[in-house]
Amino acid sequence: MNRFDYIRPTSLDEAIAAASQPGSAFLAAGTNLLDLMKGNITRPDRIVDITKLPDLDRIETLEDGSTRIGALVKNADLAYHEDFAARFPAVAEALLSGASAQLRNAASVGGNLLQRTRCRYFYDTASACNKREPGSGCDSLEGENAGQAVLGWSPSCIATHPSDFCVPLAALGAIVEIKGPDGSRDVALTDFHRLPGDRPDIETVLAPGELVVAIRLPAEAAGFAAHSRYLKLRERTSYAFALVSAAAMLRLEDGVIAEARIAIGSVAAKPWRAKSAEAVLKGMKAEPAFFEKAAREAFAEAKPSGDNADKIELGRRIVARALTLASAGTPTEMPALPASPFAPLPGASANGVAHV
Amino acid sequence: MDFSISLTINGVERRITFDDPRVTLLDLFRERLHLTGTKKGCDRGQCGACTILVDGRRINSCLALALSHDGASITTIEGLAKDDQLHPVQAAFIENDGFQCGFCTPGQIMSAVGLIAEGHAGTDPERVREGMSGNLCRCGAYAGITKAVIEAQKSAGEARTGEAA
Repeated sequence: MNRFDYIRPTSLDEAIAAASQPGSAFLAAGTNLLDLMKGNITRPDRIVDITKLPDLDRIETLEDGSTRIGALVKNADLAYHEDFAARFPAVAEALLSGASAQLRNAASVGGNLLQRTRCRYFYDTASACNKREPGSGCDSLEGENAGQAVLGWSPSCIATHPSDFCVPLAALGAIVEIKGPDGSRDVALTDFHRLPGDRPDIETVLAPGELVVAIRLPAEAAGFAAHSRYLKLRERTSYAFALVSAAAMLRLEDGVIAEARIAIGSVAAKPWRAKSAEAVLKGMKAEPAFFEKAAREAFAEAKPSGDNADKIELGRRIVARALTLASAGTPTEMPALPASPFAPLPGASANGVAHV
Repeated sequence: MDFSISLTINGVERRITFDDPRVTLLDLFRERLHLTGTKKGCDRGQCGACTILVDGRRINSCLALALSHDGASITTIEGLAKDDQLHPVQAAFIENDGFQCGFCTPGQIMSAVGLIAEGHAGTDPERVREGMSGNLCRCGAYAGITKAVIEAQKSAGEARTGEAA
């Protein structure tokens, strides 16, 4: 780890001014930043520690009914906040499927948005990586790429964004509140992360000095609470990043889908909202045939970035299964165990929904 | 440049001065305070050997910058036993063969103490395994660890019932 100047500001304005200097990085819990610094992947000259800043750790309901989550709220505190989990159960389910209990106790929700990819070439400083070192190339293109992106990738970078939390947030229309040297602004979560193009090193719309101060969920997002799921496929049952994941939410009226929300995780450099797949379900009955049609639509534009064509089929099945699970109803207890996607579906009948 | 923080470690308040902002809580304990019960496994937040309680919550001390924790109250494995009386989780690990080589054990035990305090797992083995998944055991003593945590959870529940009565 390189040496750095350590600054602990006492106000938001002071923090933003300090972090506007080139080479600065904000430090919240540090569960990702310190890991990256230990690997010499990130080498900030100055650390601006925001952990002691006031008023960034609140979960509150605003006058318009929207829910505002301060950027320093811990992942575990949000997941186990009873009122929040009741209104946005897929968000709680996603949070509790990520990392370990220790990391969830430390990690902040703002930091979750800003976590870097887990691409092994990004982590290996001996490898070429356009994200870590612009212009150096991408060793993953001809290397290990089974877990890489199938949507929105470019020849410069095929890495994925690893967040679980961001996937239901994308589906629910979350807004990111940003404060910076030029004032405050709101950005839709689905516009917050950038696709790689030819600059995979620029991952978000944040300008130097800008800080995520909160995440908001609109009031209408709670309308999906009865039928919401987050399903995560991984190489072991717990404490692993997703191969592919899906958030699925349904608003049902007399067995008919009034509105559906679908987002997919670990398939692109950003959480991937599948609006065209949502449209497929509008006005349809909550039945497996429609879920499978929506799942095909969600991956209609997918293409392999390497030896990962299987990931497209895996993704379709996870989307269809997440929709099936959502239609059966939100689980009463989180985390919803067993966590394996191969576990029997609740209320599975003999008509073939047990293994979609 | 020297940095100075105040920490309450296992009930004792200490003023600590050090010269390098990179020091993690893990390195602070092991290299500067001679508290070597907390183990360094991966040093990258993947193995759980360095688990401690900060203000009662379990975290990985390898990914916690000491400077960020000025004013915190910390419990390490050295702070669990009362004189010769083992903490119930420590006793349950011995009783149930919850370890073989012992390297991951301080982290396992601190994680189990945290898990029981959180109160989400109860005595369901599936929930205990999920709640303990941040602690790896290279010897594969998981069956004993799960039994130990369930037993400690039961005795914690009985202790609470006893206090209420």
